[in-house]
Amino acid sequence: MQLDWFPLWLSLRVALVATVLATFAGLAIAYLLANREFRGKEALDAAITLPLVLPPTVLGYYLLILLGRESTLGRMYEWVFGSPLVFTATAATVAATLHIAPLLVKSARAALESVDHTYERAARTLGADEWRVFHSVTLPLAGRPILAAVALAFARALGDFGVTLMVAGNIPGRTQTVALAIYDAVESGRGETARQLVIAVSLMALVILWVANRLSPSTRRVTG
Amino acid sequence: MIQARIRQHYAPSPESAAFTLDLQFETAAGVTVLFGPSGAGKTLTLDVMAGFAQPAEGRISVAGHVWFDAAQQIHLPPRDRHCGYVFQNYALFPHRTLRQNLEFAAERLPRLERHRRVNDMIEAFRLTDLAGRMPHELSGGQKQRASIARALLAAPVLLLLDEPAQGLDPALRQDLYFLLRQVRAEFATPIMLVTHDLDECFELGDQMLVLDRGRLLQQGTPRQVIDQPSSLDVAELLALYNLLPVEIRTLDPSRKESMVRFGDFDLHGPYFPGRLRGDRVTLYIRPELLTATPRDGKPAANQVPVTLERAVERARTVRLEFSEGLAAVCDPRTYERHKHNKEWVVEFPASYLRVL
Repeated sequence: MQLDWFPLWLSLRVALVATVLATFAGLAIAYLLANREFRGKEALDAAITLPLVLPPTVLGYYLLILLGRESTLGRMYEWVFGSPLVFTATAATVAATLHIAPLLVKSARAALESVDHTYERAARTLGADEWRVFHSVTLPLAGRPILAAVALAFARALGDFGVTLMVAGNIPGRTQTVALAIYDAVESGRGETARQLVIAVSLMALVILWVANRLSPSTRRVTG
Repeated sequence: MIQARIRQHYAPSPESAAFTLDLQFETAAGVTVLFGPSGAGKTLTLDVMAGFAQPAEGRISVAGHVWFDAAQQIHLPPRDRHCGYVFQNYALFPHRTLRQNLEFAAERLPRLERHRRVNDMIEAFRLTDLAGRMPHELSGGQKQRASIARALLAAPVLLLLDEPAQGLDPALRQDLYFLLRQVRAEFATPIMLVTHDLDECFELGDQMLVLDRGRLLQQGTPRQVIDQPSSLDVAELLALYNLLPVEIRTLDPSRKESMVRFGDFDLHGPYFPGRLRGDRVTLYIRPELLTATPRDGKPAANQVPVTLERAVERARTVRLEFSEGLAAVCDPRTYERHKHNKEWVVEFPASYLRVL
């Protein structure tokens, strides 16, 4: 039997887009949290952390309410794009994005705050504006832990099950991601399919972990 | 011309006690040294000048430009002050080569000048062979030269240095002093420098501001400050003097003489203008000016008998510490001859006695 690789490609696509979206949004929010003082700052931090501690099905449930065909956002989406958002690959991407965003915000905030502020101060005395301070001093100095967090977030997005199932469903050939496909294969007794997908996902996870560990500053590699 | 009036209260926090920075000074070109003990507010003053900290009250103007004015709500951000800052840890960007560090500072110069200016500075600060290295591949002295070059690259109107000699060995210190004197001569940029080393004040300082607990205690040339500390606080901070409680016994303006009582002894001194008979004052005199000799018979005029408690041998001199809190300095050969002698006399040169 020819193995259907679609779930794997879908998962990769969803995880990639979600990681890119969550990285940009996460960096922006982390920058605000690390550099600005405003009311409700810690409340914002808590709200962003929530998806990290909620059971995925609970997050999925909230998203269904927030984005469903009856909701304001859902109706706006339908009005703009002509079709509902829920139970599509796009919904899976949104779900994955929200699922991994807290991880990125948390790590990026910690990484940005760990940069020695004298470098940023030096850059300012040398005439750099805040954007230049951020992209040519803070970000490069915080870069490795942030990249490590990006790699881990990608892995997490790749393996999401609960949130995706809730908002995107389990439609083979449309929204069935790799985690769902494996579950489906085991349920319906297609052991060979499950095995091959499991091996493929495990290998990918190993590679990602290796990359993340190499980037992570806590890893002490002996050099000479 | 630099004019600053700064007032800011810092509430106590878990890491630090309450602190009030409250000072006013005016200084011109050349090197102004901020001298004081740790916690005097020296670095904070630099940070306020650079624009990292905003005081509640005051006004700062440099070369005719107002950088800060609380009344008019002016507070220029650091990047608009054109103020070079050499940090204690040098703050060279660790992910850029030395040349790229300098290029970072060159970006506000016209495009065509950048390359030439960076090359000029690299050459002027003897960094040519090091330009391609990363900061972690440089020694402390090299990092410092690079850091000063970077700070001066965009021709700042004021150069700030935070304890530049900290952590440098004596030879590198001499290099640094030489370099800074060159900078003073060639760049015409006024320099403000933080130190708690008195010798550094003399090496470099045209003006010296003595700070303690957020206040300015005295301003003057280093020579003026050590010859005439303005208060007991300054004298204690400089830690250069014997400070002795005395009472003025006689004052004779016509013969320019006086007599003070120190313990059981009368000492002749010069006339002290503005003082009255019976005033209890503090006499200050540097240990180098006292002559210590082994006791031999009755003490002569202006000699005080003392007991040797401790001798501290230094490279060139020996510091003798006596009872009554007196210290004197003698040469190692004299000390060697009389090292077992406990009873000494210390002679006070009448014309060098000063009181606070």
